[in-house]
Amino acid sequence: MADELNAADALGSAQAPALSIRNLHVSYGEREILHGISFDVLAGETVVILGGSGSGKSTLLRTLVGLERPTSGDVILRGKNLCAMTEVEWRELRQHIGISFQSGALFGSMTVGENVALPLLEHTQLDPATIEIMVRLKLNEVGLNGYEDYMPAQLSGGMKKRAAVARAMAMDPEILFFDEPSAGLDPIIAAGIDQLLLKLKEAFGITIIVVTHELASAFLIADRMVLLDKGHIVAVGTTAELQASTHPRVRQFLDRVAEPEISQEIDYLQMLTGEVARPRQ
Amino acid sequence: MPFAENIGASTLDGLAYLGGLAKLGVSAARAIVQDIFERRRLAYGRAMHQAMAVGIGSLPILSLITFFIGTILALQSAYELRKFGALQFVADAVAISVSRELGPLITAILVIGRSGSSFAAELGTMKVNEELDALETMALDPVRFLVAPKLLSMLLMMPCLTIWADFMGVIGGAVFGIAAADFTFKTYIIATLNALALRDIVTGLIKSVMFGLVITTVGCQEGLRTGLGAEEVGRSTTSAVVKSIFLVIMVDLVFTTMFYLGIS
Repeated sequence: MADELNAADALGSAQAPALSIRNLHVSYGEREILHGISFDVLAGETVVILGGSGSGKSTLLRTLVGLERPTSGDVILRGKNLCAMTEVEWRELRQHIGISFQSGALFGSMTVGENVALPLLEHTQLDPATIEIMVRLKLNEVGLNGYEDYMPAQLSGGMKKRAAVARAMAMDPEILFFDEPSAGLDPIIAAGIDQLLLKLKEAFGITIIVVTHELASAFLIADRMVLLDKGHIVAVGTTAELQASTHPRVRQFLDRVAEPEISQEIDYLQMLTGEVARPRQ
Repeated sequence: MPFAENIGASTLDGLAYLGGLAKLGVSAARAIVQDIFERRRLAYGRAMHQAMAVGIGSLPILSLITFFIGTILALQSAYELRKFGALQFVADAVAISVSRELGPLITAILVIGRSGSSFAAELGTMKVNEELDALETMALDPVRFLVAPKLLSMLLMMPCLTIWADFMGVIGGAVFGIAAADFTFKTYIIATLNALALRDIVTGLIKSVMFGLVITTVGCQEGLRTGLGAEEVGRSTTSAVVKSIFLVIMVDLVFTTMFYLGIS
């Protein structure tokens, strides 16, 4: 059955991947953003999806968590093809994944504790006292002990991200997705978030997928990296393999080399359209 | 013929918009029924919170406005009635105008300004802040979680607010009646009760429920359709207020016509 592909066979590896992406195409209207993405994420590893602005990395993350629907391809998670799942199946699956959004996306009208408790209240039959204990545990795990009654607006940027991680962890997910975890944070706070991700991985063995363009953070937390450029995968490999890569786009990204300045109108049009523009008559 | 094409396109857009409102209303109503049967504690809590915001929060300003409207109506009616020496009918004119038309309408316009706009702004901000995405990824349906409690609270509070608006309108009329038309408070209230039929109150309440449905669905639909960026939240809020006022007047026209035809 197409929607129950054996992901291990597809990988050709002894270890079954937690997530397997095959020939994934995603479009917004007529415009294709991802052009046939394929890679695997093994259980318990941290994969960082790197890429510049407009590379399609956020679209890829949104597709993996079901916020965008692909035009074609397969995404295999828990033995199911996400691209062929019904709404009911998605609802069941989403209880096994956690997402930490770039802005934190905490509900502003609820306290931090209520935010973390929400998935537990909605998806479990636990009594309020147990939920309260679990909320404290989750906040303790992310270093926010005692912040249950704070409103999100009272927290700093780094604390909001930590609270968002606690909420993402509430249902003990098998896979955690992070969208730009260090974005908008100062280097010290960003380093704290990196340490938190490493701690979660070590303590719980969770599979973690991070989308970012922060190189220092990526090299610190990643087991493997996927470099995206204009909707294509440029490189997949361990941090050492990427560091050693001689691929021009990989080198340009890792060595932070700016794009050549565009001085000619025709070059600018070519950049915008991605095609060779005809000179004006 | 671009003119005819534009009219056709606008009509189709308008129908699609109304279809969207109907779909949202049905989804929210279904969620309310499901929540009631499944006895979900969270939905009740949110509905109560919304009801307090929509209802109790509106009371002071609604009382003041409808009191003044009652007095203004009495003054306007008296202007014509005194020509015929019929000032004693001021109570009848105020009671019927307020209960059948102005009570529900003024309540609706006030609730649009207070709650319809805040629904759009709240959902729009949540969309911009990725909170709606977060809800979806937590397997929580934004319609069930956000729209249904608002609809439930609005359907409960609009008739209550309308009854209160009717009462305050009558009191406003009574001030004029006592000051300028030889009424005592007691005789004014008796005249009002004699003038009103149950049908007058019920037609106003039916309208108020329909207005509540329109205000919630328009406010929430505009919020849920907010684009990216803070300025889009402002656009959604303005659009929610303008469209709600227009649709409330349309619904009022339709129901007033139906009641008129029903009577005759």
